[in-house]
Amino acid sequence: MPDGADAVLDVKGLKTVFRTRGGEVHAVNSVSFHLRPGELLGVVGESGSGKSVTMMSLIGLLPSPPADVRAGEVLLKGVDILKSTPEELRAIRGARIGFVFQDPMTSLNPVFTVGNQIMEPLKRHMGLKGKAAEDRATELLELVGIPDARKRLKSYPHQFSGGMRQRVMIAIALACDPEVLIADEPTTALDVTIQAQILELVHELRRKLGMAIIWITHDLGVIAEIADRVMVMYGGQIVEQAPVRELFGNPHHPYTRALLKTIPKLGDERDERLQIIEGQPPILTAEPSACPFRARCAHAFDRCERENPLRRPIDGQPLGRGHDVACHWNPEGADA
Amino acid sequence: MLTYTIRRLLLAIPTLLFISLVIFLLVDLAPGSPASQIPLTVPPEVRMKILESMGVNEPVHVRYLLWLKQFFVVEPLVLIDSTFGTAFAEGQQRILSWQSRSPVFDIIVERMPQTLTVIGSAYVLGVLIALPIGIYSAYRQYSWFDQLGTFIAMIGFSVPTFFTGLVLILIFAVELQWFPSIYDTSLKVTDWDSFLAQVRQMAMPVMVLALYNAATISRYMRSSMLENLGQDYVRTARAKGMSERVVVLKHVLRNSMIPVITVIALGIPTIFGGAIITEQVFRVNGLGALLIGAIQGSDLPMVQTLTFIFAVLIVLFNLIADILYGILDPRIRYD
Repeated sequence: MPDGADAVLDVKGLKTVFRTRGGEVHAVNSVSFHLRPGELLGVVGESGSGKSVTMMSLIGLLPSPPADVRAGEVLLKGVDILKSTPEELRAIRGARIGFVFQDPMTSLNPVFTVGNQIMEPLKRHMGLKGKAAEDRATELLELVGIPDARKRLKSYPHQFSGGMRQRVMIAIALACDPEVLIADEPTTALDVTIQAQILELVHELRRKLGMAIIWITHDLGVIAEIADRVMVMYGGQIVEQAPVRELFGNPHHPYTRALLKTIPKLGDERDERLQIIEGQPPILTAEPSACPFRARCAHAFDRCERENPLRRPIDGQPLGRGHDVACHWNPEGADA
Repeated sequence: MLTYTIRRLLLAIPTLLFISLVIFLLVDLAPGSPASQIPLTVPPEVRMKILESMGVNEPVHVRYLLWLKQFFVVEPLVLIDSTFGTAFAEGQQRILSWQSRSPVFDIIVERMPQTLTVIGSAYVLGVLIALPIGIYSAYRQYSWFDQLGTFIAMIGFSVPTFFTGLVLILIFAVELQWFPSIYDTSLKVTDWDSFLAQVRQMAMPVMVLALYNAATISRYMRSSMLENLGQDYVRTARAKGMSERVVVLKHVLRNSMIPVITVIALGIPTIFGGAIITEQVFRVNGLGALLIGAIQGSDLPMVQTLTFIFAVLIVLFNLIADILYGILDPRIRYD
């Protein structure tokens, strides 16, 4: 990225491959993006588009084998963490990069108290012990809005509701004041009112703590509400990237357009059917040599079959700064 | 937890009473009579007198109730007497073996140490071998270590203990002559040499049983670990930057031990009863051998009492397994 210098996280040409019995699956293909301090980057795409795998590849959370992060750089404040040893990576995970996962019902260990699980990273990364660790854990639970925090440290996960557990997960992720928080569909497993509460909480935490956040979701409504910038992923690559208003106001890629059409609107005709995108996302057994979306694309033409489009800026800004898209098709008519 | 334990203990009483009735009646139905041991030259009147003195001719419910009283009242009193030097059980009729005419419990106490040292240490050794193997096999699934472990475990529980026992005797006692093939119960451990002799004679039966126990338990451990290694909370622990040691030996192990602890606890009663065949093969003069001898000699009180003791142990360890379950898993609250 041209403006990678001021980024907290700068990912360049990341490639992740899964080796399976049926051959290789190219889950992440040359993904490049960056994250500025204090920014909330939304990552959208349907299941299997490579959103989660990309983020887990960053910090070595994928089991290897079968996963193999084959190429790329992940610069965290200028240092390539893909080159670090497993031990160095562990010192980054949980300390400088926090993770919140999708399902709070299963993401906490059922046999240890919540306090124990929050204090683990505090003890490991910050060297806090005994009372100090307990104080910090209490502070964290209060921060994420759990009442009666000190007492709740002794509770077990099953004594919390789903929303409360996700708050605990967020508290764990925030424990060591990370520079980057990666939230992998953190509200998907929650009902709508709880989801709203969690979004509100993240808003508030961002204001207070000012960390950069990557928010993975397939819910465009959530993205519209919280993101600064949005990255749309399809077939293991970024197909469109733009500031949130620009993306919703002026979507370019046929996939993004189709995604936006799938959002049901209040006040629509009752008998109008929900829009869907026909077909399945591809399983890439080789590095794509053609546009991965061509089979489902209404605008596909022969060039889409021949070459995989590269990302190109469409608003005159340098790549990654403004609005860019990986598509041969030009909505104005003439082919690019 | 305490009220739960008490409730379970109270519930165990009718269960045990019922089991005792079934055992008593079943054994009582068995063909054969204690009189068959008496030489044919003994005249019938004398024979009848002997049987009468044994109480064989009493109606079955009288014998059952008497046996119950002896088991639950007289024998505990005898135990108290022998520990504190009191005389509560004086003059009370104890459960007598038909074969040896001496109290059943005295014989059991005599035989217990052999079973406990041989079979008990085999069980402990088996568990101690099984847990690390199960944990590491699961952590490195499909590695050569795991494959080898699977292979040996397969042998361990598919080949019967009497066969492995005989093979070991052939190799180590007959060919190599490292270990004696017969267990010498009269050996007293007094010095280093007799200790070594004891270790040598224990080696083979312990190996056979430890192999079998380790095979079963390591499989349970492995599958339980595998189930938990794929859980989301493991990913969370890794995302927190925990070392693999903490991830596996704290987060995964604690969850994986829950079902395995139950298997281990429920296996303990089998120490006493289940090793009957191994005791026969190696001539270990323990409880298993005692039971076999009693069955062959139609010594009904001995068979009834031994079988019932096994039943009590099974009920007891079931309860212990459940309590351990509750301690290990906070989601289970019994109150």
